[in-house]
Amino acid sequence: MNIFPVSASTFSGDIDGLFWLVTTLVGFWFILSELLLFYLIFRFRRKKGVKAQYIAGESRKEMAWIFVPLFFVILCDISIDLRTHSVWQKIKETLPQATEKVRVIGQQWTWVFVHPGPDGVLDTSDDIETVNELHVKVNTTTHYELQSRDVLHNFSVPVFRLKQDAIPGRAITGWFEATQTGEYDIQCAEMCGIGHGLMGARIFIDTQEQYETWMAQEIQKQQNYVASK
Amino acid sequence: MSKTDHQVHPSDHGHGHDHEMNFWSKYIFPLDHKMIGLQYLWTGLFMALVGGFFAYVFRMQLAFPGESVPGFGHVSPASYNALITNHGTIMIFWVAMPMLVAAFGNILIPLMIGCDDMVFPRLNRLSYQIFFISTVLLFVGFFVPGGAFGGAWTSYPPLSARAEYNLTPWGASIWLLAVALEIVAFLLGGINFITTTMNSRAPGMKMMDIPIVVWMINIAVVLFMFSVGPLVAGAVMLLFDQTIGTSFFVPSGGGDPVLWQHLFWFFGHPEVYVILLPEMGIVAEIITVFSRKKLFGYKMIVYTTFMVGILSMIVWAHHQFIAGIDPRMASIFSFTTILISIPIAVIFFAYIATLYGGSIEFKVPMLWALGMIAEFLLGGVTGIYLGASALDVYFHDNTFVVAHFHYTLIPVVFFGGFAGITYWYPKMFGKMMSETLGKLHFWGTTIFFNGIFIPLFFLGLAGQHRRIYDYRNFPDLAGMQDLRIFATMCLIGLLISQIPFIINFVRSIKNGEDAGKNPWKANTLEWITASPPPHGNFAEMPTVYRGPYEYSVPGRKEDFWPQNQPS
Ligand code: HEM
Ligand SMILES: [Cu+2]
Ligand SMILES: [Cu+2]
Repeated sequence: MNIFPVSASTFSGDIDGLFWLVTTLVGFWFILSELLLFYLIFRFRRKKGVKAQYIAGESRKEMAWIFVPLFFVILCDISIDLRTHSVWQKIKETLPQATEKVRVIGQQWTWVFVHPGPDGVLDTSDDIETVNELHVKVNTTTHYELQSRDVLHNFSVPVFRLKQDAIPGRAITGWFEATQTGEYDIQCAEMCGIGHGLMGARIFIDTQEQYETWMAQEIQKQQNYVASK
Repeated sequence: MSKTDHQVHPSDHGHGHDHEMNFWSKYIFPLDHKMIGLQYLWTGLFMALVGGFFAYVFRMQLAFPGESVPGFGHVSPASYNALITNHGTIMIFWVAMPMLVAAFGNILIPLMIGCDDMVFPRLNRLSYQIFFISTVLLFVGFFVPGGAFGGAWTSYPPLSARAEYNLTPWGASIWLLAVALEIVAFLLGGINFITTTMNSRAPGMKMMDIPIVVWMINIAVVLFMFSVGPLVAGAVMLLFDQTIGTSFFVPSGGGDPVLWQHLFWFFGHPEVYVILLPEMGIVAEIITVFSRKKLFGYKMIVYTTFMVGILSMIVWAHHQFIAGIDPRMASIFSFTTILISIPIAVIFFAYIATLYGGSIEFKVPMLWALGMIAEFLLGGVTGIYLGASALDVYFHDNTFVVAHFHYTLIPVVFFGGFAGITYWYPKMFGKMMSETLGKLHFWGTTIFFNGIFIPLFFLGLAGQHRRIYDYRNFPDLAGMQDLRIFATMCLIGLLISQIPFIINFVRSIKNGEDAGKNPWKANTLEWITASPPPHGNFAEMPTVYRGPYEYSVPGRKEDFWPQNQPS
């Protein structure tokens, strides 16, 4: 079993790497503490005729048993902090130049995606709106603009290691760049009412050609719809 | 410390009328701190069964989606949400708080500091009565039109603020009112704890002679008082949003939903330490007694606990890394959060160091205390993952989080709670519990507990989000059903493992061996009086000569040295 899902964005590797860093550091302390605990429990179990020792733990020498390991714990903490800071800056604080834009709108209990049409600009008449189906291009820096029409939702794409709350009254911009094609889950990761457990969508990471084919189909659909009126 | 008047004249508030008390005034409207403590304990244990039953229902739904759950029936999405919401609410506010803070605080503080009762016994009784009303109200919420509230225990607006969004017009308000009343009850109770500890200590008991559990309960209460104010204000605003159409938290009317999150987590994060601290105190008492050792670095632990309290108040925004607030603040809160690992590590290192050179006896309370340390360690270290903001982007609202906080809360609430109950049971009821049933209970609980939550870490790593009633709606998650079923089976094992405890608890009240005054040969003052202690606690009010942890002092025949024994 692979413990992470597919890694499909330019920053998902950073997050997985951070995970392994933390696992190594805290794993060391965790195992050490458990071993020590079990060793002491076993070593000092009650034996006939053996009295416990009187140790107050208040002299400097005794305190060293606490503060020396603590010093190393602090070093571990600092290295985690530094690494976290740099990954966080990359994924949330900086906004690289976008080549594509898409609008993501959460509402009880569906996702609406607004793709710019052939002109590549949002809020024009050729926009393509889809429900629970998001199409993006692989190897393309994409900005998403996240909105909500009612309550809090959260736009989560596990294969990107991407997550952002959608807040009614605000438009929040973030970014991703897909590195791998395929079709994956989008989940809503903020309790949004009765249908929260249903609020899934699919993301289609397309090649340029796939994306164009899909768009042509959507335009065709729209024209048919208009014609039928 | 000076003797206060009421210590000299216990009859001032009714203790003198012991013999006249009928069932009603003894058990239903008591003034005695021990009886009020027991009322909290009974209520807490009962609510644990309710919260556990809810967990059974929603875990069955996750294992066998869509099928009828024995003992409950069909689980609709609305009832699923109501179940998880009230499971969380009940476990935090109706189990952890009454059991660890109110019950142990009430039972232990006057006994351990050597006075006859709380300073304000009537206020104490009122605190339980308000708590009782809040409990009834919480249940009423299930039977109103629209059903019980299901917007998660965090109750984020706008979902919680408008009936058109949450579809529980009555449930949401009743739930909120019940929580608010519950908080009022603990504020009243807490005033008593602090005043009593500061003013009524037995003569000779200096600040650094106070047993660690009393210290920690008091620090927990202070923390609760400092952090809860904003939440109460928030609750009133939210209630107005729900009922009279204000828009404090609703953007369409100019409000800000994120404001609620600040108010909530400014309370909510310290709250986990409010629960943690009393229990850390309980564990410290027990490991010293059962290893016959002095507590390693007692003073350092007290100071460090203050530091935990202060630090816990500046970490709240780690719940909001991706809530749409300025991303530049994340690194600061990431830093403070990870900083908290330092004092907590100090305390746990000190506990582990206490065992060194001991003479450890594995009685049931000690098993729970050691189990708590061993299990909580995993909860503690997994917190580091979530404190790291960039990783939280992946783990936020993921079942990794659910596993993490249950690895902190269950060791704290259940391991710590059972440690305390089994340790002080002889004092509370004058009888010993069965060791065999106790060990059965301990091992069953420990094994199944790990069986439930280890899978949740892995499901979380695989990208599974929480608060979702049927994972078949998500193609990438539909697999791994075996793990979900395994977790649910372990939950059933965990629930069954509680039966020996219930039998043990109830039967021993009558059939247990007589405990005598001091069955564990412990030093603290509660063990110098009869079991159970009479009204007014002590036949003769004690005087204190030394700290609480003088075990195995060289040159003494006995390996313990009660605090009240003159040299
Ligand atoms: C009997 C053992 C327990 C089991 C099997 C259990 C199981 C669970 C599970 C699976 C969830 C996640 C539900 C979801 O997100 O879909 C949950 C939520 C929660 N649990 Fe427990 N739990 C147990 C005991 C406790 C205890 C002792 C506490 C606290 C003292 C607690 C506090 C919470 C809280 C606060 C939530 C979050 C509720 C929410 O999302 O609104 N649980 N529990
Ligand atoms: Cu949603
Ligand atoms: Cu949702």
